[in-house]
Amino acid sequence: MSEPMLKVKGLEAWYGESHVLHGVDIEIAEGEVVTLLGRNGAGKTSTLRAIMGLIGRRTGSIRFEGTELIDLRPDLIARTGIGYCPEERGIFASLDVTENLMLPPTLRPGGLSIAEIHTLFPNLKERARSPGTKLSGGEQQMLAIGRILRTGAKLLLLDEPSEGLAPVIVQQIGRTIRELKTRGFTVLLVEQNFRFAQTVADRHYVMEHGRVMDMVPNAELGASLDRLNEYLSV
Amino acid sequence: MDEIFGIPAPLLFGQLLLGLINGAFYALLSLGLAVIFGMLNVINFAHGAQFMMGAFAAWMLLEYAGLNYWWALLLAPLLVGAFGVILERTMIARLYKLDHLYGLLLTFGLGLIIEGVFRNQYGSSGLPYRIPPQLSGAWDLGFMFMPVYRGWVVAVAAVMCLATWLVIEKTKIGSYLRASTENAALVQAFGINVPRLMTLTYGAGVALAAFAGVLAAPIYSVNPQMGSNLIIIVFAVVVIGGMGSILGSVITGFGLGIIEGLTKVFYPEASSTVIFVVMAIVLLARPAGLFGRA
Repeated sequence: MSEPMLKVKGLEAWYGESHVLHGVDIEIAEGEVVTLLGRNGAGKTSTLRAIMGLIGRRTGSIRFEGTELIDLRPDLIARTGIGYCPEERGIFASLDVTENLMLPPTLRPGGLSIAEIHTLFPNLKERARSPGTKLSGGEQQMLAIGRILRTGAKLLLLDEPSEGLAPVIVQQIGRTIRELKTRGFTVLLVEQNFRFAQTVADRHYVMEHGRVMDMVPNAELGASLDRLNEYLSV
Repeated sequence: MDEIFGIPAPLLFGQLLLGLINGAFYALLSLGLAVIFGMLNVINFAHGAQFMMGAFAAWMLLEYAGLNYWWALLLAPLLVGAFGVILERTMIARLYKLDHLYGLLLTFGLGLIIEGVFRNQYGSSGLPYRIPPQLSGAWDLGFMFMPVYRGWVVAVAAVMCLATWLVIEKTKIGSYLRASTENAALVQAFGINVPRLMTLTYGAGVALAAFAGVLAAPIYSVNPQMGSNLIIIVFAVVVIGGMGSILGSVITGFGLGIIEGLTKVFYPEASSTVIFVVMAIVLLARPAGLFGRA
């Protein structure tokens, strides 16, 4: 494997006094879909937030396509070509659906067109003029993913896109992620639902106590179920 | 139609016009405060001083550079806005992570210092600033005389309020502003330079205050206290309209100016307190203000 697209090494992070990441190591090659699995509080969301610079303090190294991100501001990190979809979805109530969709600035050429996003998520077209927070949970999730596809970001950080959604919507999100992979997007996905994770991902990192404990290729997931259950069961 | 409700019509309309003029200033000033508060979470107590600086900038441009009112209307907001940008970069930006109270104390102190400097330099008796010749005189509307300049102030203030509203509600940069008011960290994580947006917002709010100051220069005399006299009422307007609500501050500004004017006609004793009575009632009924989101 040549130099990975994203290489996180020895990442430590703090929220105020509380030390939440204790040396996270992750590598993702271009075009891969990789998940972070783990229990609540294992540090999955904190890892994504730390990559985006949305955390109090962080040390270690985050290299994206050869650029070191550890000392950059969040807007400059995004400008290197990373799209972020937060766990709470972050749909803006004072903006309508179209304004929400158009909000993130274009970072690079090569993003999806509005027409392509509307093909992926037809609901967004029908609700174009609704205030963002009048959408259903599933539609909000589609909007939160859709708006970062426009920007030309090649690496997408998705924080629990399946959370709290009806099974049929989860399936649609899953199809979307597979579709994005065929289009050449690279995805780092935080998940608690590893049945969903195994339908979309190439590899899985397992986190516990702010560290990556294990890495399981998707093909070996069945054989590693006992090991995984030990990490994930409550 | 010489009398309405037993009040001579010219008196009634005269006070209504005066109320509308005051309302125009309340609206312009509370608009700037609302925009600044929405984006920066800072209650800008230096707003009155910045309004006064606008009026002084107009006077100085005329006195020292020979530039007339029309130039002042353009240059004073730019100059005072640039001063605001410097304040934000060097001082206010350091307080965003702290409680509101720190921003309030800092800007309150800055306001006092600015006022003190101008009082020291120019005294407090006030400097004259003449109505530009193009806007002097009065129209005879039949039922009353309307000074042209006063009509101009109301019209320009209304246009400025509308323009600000359009920028915030209908443009791309306005959508960044609205989104940052809700969740600035996420907007920044999309690649938008939020710290710079905050600086520009503060500068624009201050420029709006200075613009109002230039409009006010020919009406009120240009003096160091002109802002602090007005700003207390403007804060009441902001509280009544709802902190951070753009439309709320415009409607409330004009509305309260008119209420104040009418009170001067019907019960002059209450005219200086009526706004605070309204504020108390509104706060009891709707603590978030008339247009505020709770």
